[in-house]
Amino acid sequence: MSDFSEQLTKPVTEDEQVETSVSSGTGMHFPWLQKQLETVVTGGKKKKDFAQTTSACLEFIQEALLRHQWQRAAEYMHSYLQTLEDSDSYKRQTAPEVIWKLGSEILFYHPKSNVETFNTFADRMKNIGVLNYLKISLQHALYLLHHGMFEDADRNLSQAETWRYGEKSSSQEVLINLVQAYKGLLQYYTWSKKKMELSEFDEDDYAYTSKSQNMLSQSCKTSVNICALIKVPGVWDPFVKSYVEMLEFYGDQDGARNVLTNYAYDEKFPSNPNAHIYLYDFLKREKAPRAKLISVLKILHEIVPSHKLMLEFHMLLRKSEKEEHRKLGLGVLFGVLDFAGCTKNKTAWRYLAKYLKLMLMESHTVWVQEEWNSRKNWWPAFHFSSFWAKTDWKEDTALAFEKAYVAGILLGKGCRYFRYILKQDHQILKKKIKRMKKSVKKYSIVNPGV
Amino acid sequence: MDLEEAKEFKERCSQCAAVSWGLTDEGKYYCTSCHNVTEKSKEVINSSVIPNTKINTINRGLRKKRKHEKGWDWYVCEGFQYILYHQAEALKNLGVGSELKDEVLHSFWKRYLQKSKQAYCKNPVNTSGRKTKVLKDNLHCSDWASEPELLSGGDTDFALESGAEFQSDAQIPKDFPITKASQSGAASVCSGSLDGVEYSLRKEKGIVKMTVPRTLAFCYLSLLWQRETITLSDLLRFVEEDHIPYINAFERFPEEMKLYGRDKGIFAVESWPDYEEIYKNMIEVATFLDLPRFPEITEDCYLHPNILCMKYLMEVNLPDEMHGLTCQVVKMTGIGEVDFLTFDPIAKMKKTVKYDVQAVAVIVVVLKLLFLLDDNLEWSYSDLAETYNEEHKEDKPQFGFRKWYQVMKKTFDEKKQKWEEARAKYSWKSGKPLYHSHIDKSVAYKRREMVVNLQKQFSALVDSTPVVEKKGPSSFQFNWTEEDINRPCFHEHTLQGLLVKKGQSLKTKNSLYWLSTQKFCKSYCKHVTTYEESNFSLSYQFILNIFSFLLRIKTSILHEEVSLIEKKLFKKKYSESKKNSSRSKKIRRH
Repeated sequence: MSDFSEQLTKPVTEDEQVETSVSSGTGMHFPWLQKQLETVVTGGKKKKDFAQTTSACLEFIQEALLRHQWQRAAEYMHSYLQTLEDSDSYKRQTAPEVIWKLGSEILFYHPKSNVETFNTFADRMKNIGVLNYLKISLQHALYLLHHGMFEDADRNLSQAETWRYGEKSSSQEVLINLVQAYKGLLQYYTWSKKKMELSEFDEDDYAYTSKSQNMLSQSCKTSVNICALIKVPGVWDPFVKSYVEMLEFYGDQDGARNVLTNYAYDEKFPSNPNAHIYLYDFLKREKAPRAKLISVLKILHEIVPSHKLMLEFHMLLRKSEKEEHRKLGLGVLFGVLDFAGCTKNKTAWRYLAKYLKLMLMESHTVWVQEEWNSRKNWWPAFHFSSFWAKTDWKEDTALAFEKAYVAGILLGKGCRYFRYILKQDHQILKKKIKRMKKSVKKYSIVNPGV
Repeated sequence: MDLEEAKEFKERCSQCAAVSWGLTDEGKYYCTSCHNVTEKSKEVINSSVIPNTKINTINRGLRKKRKHEKGWDWYVCEGFQYILYHQAEALKNLGVGSELKDEVLHSFWKRYLQKSKQAYCKNPVNTSGRKTKVLKDNLHCSDWASEPELLSGGDTDFALESGAEFQSDAQIPKDFPITKASQSGAASVCSGSLDGVEYSLRKEKGIVKMTVPRTLAFCYLSLLWQRETITLSDLLRFVEEDHIPYINAFERFPEEMKLYGRDKGIFAVESWPDYEEIYKNMIEVATFLDLPRFPEITEDCYLHPNILCMKYLMEVNLPDEMHGLTCQVVKMTGIGEVDFLTFDPIAKMKKTVKYDVQAVAVIVVVLKLLFLLDDNLEWSYSDLAETYNEEHKEDKPQFGFRKWYQVMKKTFDEKKQKWEEARAKYSWKSGKPLYHSHIDKSVAYKRREMVVNLQKQFSALVDSTPVVEKKGPSSFQFNWTEEDINRPCFHEHTLQGLLVKKGQSLKTKNSLYWLSTQKFCKSYCKHVTTYEESNFSLSYQFILNIFSFLLRIKTSILHEEVSLIEKKLFKKKYSESKKNSSRSKKIRRH
């Protein structure tokens, strides 16, 4: 590291956290508010023309980027670089990051740019304002990966990994972990390539042993690199997935389970559906008991009630002996069909039709009523309009049939959807429809007498 | 080789410890016993620490070099003098007579130094006590064994070029004598100039302190004194176009005048000059200097509204015939009177005429008289003019507001866009970065180097074809020619359709008028009236916008000026409307 950057470091960790734009907690953005705030900050003093022209310059760059005018953007970039010398020290410190973002974007797309130009730029920017060193290194590596320069990217990450600067701020520590984890990911990539090669060899072959030895050492490095990161709260899906794959390959089932359980259940981690899916898939591979699988999917159900695993969840619940599970099985199906993306899911409808019948046969009418009550205002229009009856019948008679059955049970035989399907004189389904009519008559929760 | 002269040098030789010195051809000392040549040179020793000789020696390069290449000892006012000098040179290159620099600006500056008690006065404030202090300090310093020439005779050559002579700089605190400042490293942390720190702290009542914007006030005062053909808005535009040094003007200081620390706050500017600010500064400076009545602005002067109106009519592509009307307005309002136009800092305290703004405002008033500018009449008159032109293709065309608007709108928008782009691309930073102290110096220089490298990289990505050819300075910003179809010229168009004969004289067809303001602000809020854009017709807004862009002023300033002219033009009506302010905005002429 050059002493230049050392001289530039001032304790700015708090500043780094400050977003340059004003955004509210919900991710909404008020560009006008920012302008107002600026005048508040300057205490009503007139903004200097330097500040005015450079911010106009920034707008021109952004506009050019938006319109993919790389040349024009580069032209303005030339002038915007002077913000690195801003006499306002706060702005001077935030400038390198802005410049890096704009500059790397321009150099990524500009027709005259190439990897070499990008490298020079990245190397220069890394050394202006130390605080961006890791971030830029990481993005630089990703750029190289994008261009298929695997080894260069790896070298870059290694360099960044060994970089130390005085007392690391906590944000920098995460970045170091991230750099290491990306390195781990690259190692995983080599490892899995080797694994593919290995599968072509015979187990007794001499080459096999040496190869597998090689792989083992690779995986050790990888786990060291990745495991620091995944202890830090965050969403680390690709890292966790590849790490677990390696652990499983070497038979460390407990290790893998620990990683996944921690990833899914640690409260400090942000809620992440994938964490539960990975854990579920792992447990399924492990042939874990049903109760365990149910408990994992229950959380997923709370986060993503429309997930395709919900149908599997329903099957698990259905087979369970517990009353509570069987009741939830009904709710899960209703929950799936609440979503517009699932309205044409034939399986879901078939399950629901079957399960409704089963429930009513076991006289759990209260459960059905309970689920239905919150939906009876909107499901008829959402699912069972005559428009849907027509289109469903045209597109998929089987689906229409299942839906009609559900409609009949929930809304009674007077319902439009049910009547429309009933009216269709279908040769093959004739018998089936007749049976359905009978069953609806028997089980419908709507009492025709009332 | 002069052994006699070298006698004053009493240090021991670092090689042989002898004290026996001679002088080399370059004026450096060498040891006569071991021939070791020192870094010290004759000038260093001999040049007096006393400030009264230092300006004389600037151009001769005979100033003492401080240790570690710290450069010359210099004072803040010398810095301003350099800026003024270069600005005057630039004005000369723009075609202004050389008397401006050698006589007018020079004597203003001299007067300023005198009035602010920095030089040219027999007994500068606070200097006598300090002088003895300096003297004592000098004697204590073995390095500076030379006899201080405190009262050395004044050089009477006052040309600005050779630098004015300074008696001494005032008010250096006793614990901060210049000799010490020039030697001790601690002092130099604060500023490159000798009095930078103290200068920036100075707050003395009744003294107008020099600032970079005030250099332009001096320039403008000189231009006004000479009755040159440059208005204040022209001057500021030339500054913006880099024809006159202003931003980073310190770059032109000699290499040996180092700037850092407090000098940064004094000499670095990060804004272009603002019309109102410079105007205010100019009056302040003129009052402070106690200047006598300026040469009279008569009808044949460029700054007379009749001539300026002609210029601006050409600039904004309006018919020459309108000049007759502007002259009439000037006459009726009395703004063409010599007494009104001539600047007299003593008699008319705190007030003078904004010649350029006023002339443009007259044109706005004439446009309002002709077209009413109520977003209605101007368009129906345009229909008439277009029909007439269609039927009389052989005749001189009648002026139509619509066509003019279309041409102006397009040209103006393009111009403004280009102007904004050029501003966004402006590079503010000097190749000579300013830093706070020596510790920051290397950082500042490395940063500069880094920026230059990055800039090289990005300019390689830009098409090599030169985009902007640097424009030469011109008092005109637009160019209208008959040949250009996209930018037709309206100078020759007639106002025939807009005037009617009444008896012997012509009178405008439109007999209505509305006043730009009904209420003038009371004196305490400093502005004449307010301008709330949305209250006015679109045509009026458009006209104010292009005209104020032309002068690079705020639209509100032009609006104020228009209101002031209307106040003079409709004096009687105003007093009536005051009595009954609720009456309709529109008043009848005649």
